[in-house]
Amino acid sequence: MEEKEKTLWGELRKGFITTNPLLVLMVGLCSSLAISTRVENCIFMGLAVIFVLTCSNVIISLIRNFIPDQVRIPIYIVVIASFVTIVDLTLKTIPAVYERLGVWIPLIVVNCIILARAEGYASSAKVSHAFMDGLGIGMGYTSVLLIMSVFRELFGTGKIVLFNTTVINLHIKAVPVILIMFPGAFITYALLSALLQWYQARKKPEAEEG
Amino acid sequence: MNEAWRYFLLFFGASVVANILLIRFIALCPFFGVSTSLETSLGMSISVIFVMTMATSVSWIAWNYVLKPLGVGEFLYIPSFILIIASLVQFVEMVIKKTSPPLYRAMGIYLPLITTNCAVLAAATESVKPGFFTKLNIAYHYGFPEALVYTIGVAVGFSLVLILFAAMRERLEMAPIPKFFRGVPIAFITAALFSLAFMGFAGMFNL
Repeated sequence: MEEKEKTLWGELRKGFITTNPLLVLMVGLCSSLAISTRVENCIFMGLAVIFVLTCSNVIISLIRNFIPDQVRIPIYIVVIASFVTIVDLTLKTIPAVYERLGVWIPLIVVNCIILARAEGYASSAKVSHAFMDGLGIGMGYTSVLLIMSVFRELFGTGKIVLFNTTVINLHIKAVPVILIMFPGAFITYALLSALLQWYQARKKPEAEEG
Repeated sequence: MNEAWRYFLLFFGASVVANILLIRFIALCPFFGVSTSLETSLGMSISVIFVMTMATSVSWIAWNYVLKPLGVGEFLYIPSFILIIASLVQFVEMVIKKTSPPLYRAMGIYLPLITTNCAVLAAATESVKPGFFTKLNIAYHYGFPEALVYTIGVAVGFSLVLILFAAMRERLEMAPIPKFFRGVPIAFITAALFSLAFMGFAGMFNL
């Protein structure tokens, strides 16, 4: 980012477009592809990532002057792992969601987004900036997750079900089931990524889809 | 079901049927990162098999002899496993550097990357909490041999797909691809087709 963009609002906004973790930095792909079959999963996963990312960014930014350089990665990982454990134990109270998200909750620890922000941003930024960065990147991640999951659930099953109530029903008989199966995740991401390349080729600064 | 057949099913299930990359979407970042050339994929594969086997062995021992008897497993398994993996990778790197320079040249640069390879943590978690994600929960509590076979299966599955995909990507460089699909999108489309092919294996066991 340029210096003039170093405002708090700019820090928040850049996570959506310029440094979107999924589409531009290409980190944290695994979880987004695996859980985007249902919108409901993505809401919980998005909240979990926003929480962990913001908290770990703030803590690492607070203690950045006390961390010896040689052992910084283990320290970051311990900080992140503690917050992930909080999320893990909290989500356990909602068994249906916990069952579906499964192994992805502990895997937030090694979600490259969080370690990348800790190492690349929070370790050298003011606390307020780190907080906004965590929030922005987390929301950027969540927004892509929602775009993908809405697309996949809506066209893959013909309807969107949120908390046991059908929100949208398209009433189509034959749906392309492949979208909610494994290859569908790759295809959806490929289409989004191609769309982004198309936007960038058109040189439009306000390019955001969905 | 005799013993050998059970181990074979576990291995086959972990490596091919529930392939860690294409069916479970774990460890996609190194997958798309290093699969640009066949040589780096080979180096990464060997390192992953090696580290994963060791990481699961140590995590399994830590879980069954330390965390579980003390009753702290449920809330300490994430930090302890990730620390085990991180320190193990560091340790392996030092040992290899001292004892075998040729091996270090082949594996050295991939080792730090493996710390944040989700597949290692996933395999370690699943070998102590089986049935977390895969439908192949043949035994709920894995003994040490099962955990080992499972992990090697996962690692072999990772390597298999990584090497196949790298070979494919080298060919894609020369293919005539629509302008906006060049680079990342076409790699994902290829992965989708791979995934479709691997889904066929699930049908073999009526999963």
